[in-house]
Amino acid sequence: METLAMHISNGIIDGPVAAVFAAVALVAMTFCVLRGRSDLDDRLAPMAGLVAAFIFAVQMLNFPIFTAGVSGHLLGGALAAMLVGPWVGALCVAVVLVVQALVFGDGGVAMLGLNITNMAVLGTAAAYLLIALLLRVLPRTPTGLGVTAFVSALFSVVVAAMGFVGQYWLGGTTDLGGNLGGLAGTMAGVHLLIGVGEGLITATTVVTVAKVRPDLVYALRALKPAAPAPVPAVGGVR
Amino acid sequence: MRKRSWGFVVGGLLVALLLAGVVSNFASSHPDGLDSSLREGCTFDAEDNITGGTCPARAEREHEIGGPLADYGISGVDNEFLSTGLSGVLGVLLTFAVAGGAFWLVRRRGSDAGGAAGGAPDAAADGRQRAGTAG
Repeated sequence: METLAMHISNGIIDGPVAAVFAAVALVAMTFCVLRGRSDLDDRLAPMAGLVAAFIFAVQMLNFPIFTAGVSGHLLGGALAAMLVGPWVGALCVAVVLVVQALVFGDGGVAMLGLNITNMAVLGTAAAYLLIALLLRVLPRTPTGLGVTAFVSALFSVVVAAMGFVGQYWLGGTTDLGGNLGGLAGTMAGVHLLIGVGEGLITATTVVTVAKVRPDLVYALRALKPAAPAPVPAVGGVR
Repeated sequence: MRKRSWGFVVGGLLVALLLAGVVSNFASSHPDGLDSSLREGCTFDAEDNITGGTCPARAEREHEIGGPLADYGISGVDNEFLSTGLSGVLGVLLTFAVAGGAFWLVRRRGSDAGGAAGGAPDAAADGRQRAGTAG
């Protein structure tokens, strides 16, 4: 039988730690709704729905990572942050995780807070920090945009994976005999390779959207280059 | 402008449906990065049951809900291609409905100014109009 669970399953992290992270995730998502509302206008709302649906679809596409018997799949934080911004982007990933846990039996319902914290909060936040930095220094070309997407996506996957290692340190249910470093090393190594896949998918998608409808790429609207733009932008400067 | 945005969204949805409905059948069935890391230290038989060793995956418990779409298939549909594809299509539509619906409900309407997105006067006016008609 093929293994189709992609997220933290029940029993992997103990109940109290899972509950703490459920609270963390709830607070973070509430904050994202409050901050994201100012981004969410009539145009961004359907786009954000699409981004969530797209992430759901691409998460189903496990790709091989050239290590025997291991696959990877998109997490989506960087993609969402690029296209709809960090606040709404984190919410998009969270909605995907909720649907997967409640309807597709993927990721324990009790583990939802852990999964949301890793992929929606840490992944998206890490990605957006790099996006904000890189888009200001790299040229506004498809290459510059692609490199930004690739690097931030790769970074976000490794950060999300380390989030899990931290959670396992706090509440892992199997005694690793002090060998948490081994788990950390395996997770980091595997997710570095998965990050390459995530980077390629994110860069391809973002560059494609930017070619068709550059106005629908949040990062291009919100983040102005370091040098003053030749044409004064109409509003939207942060 | 708004019409064309909707056009883009519909086009994007079609791509997502194609990916989840068809391409998903060609996805790798190996355990993903998390799962494989948790399985380190254990041995498995062909049915993926643990046959020996110690590893975090041993502590795994049943999912609370499961449900007819559990594990990205439709229970009762024997054709694996159809089962995976249909569950993917349903998942994409459901995710779009839940996310799109929720975002549409909490979106900024009319006069709350100060968004990073667009912020053009016509968009704001458009928002006011919509809010008015939606009640």
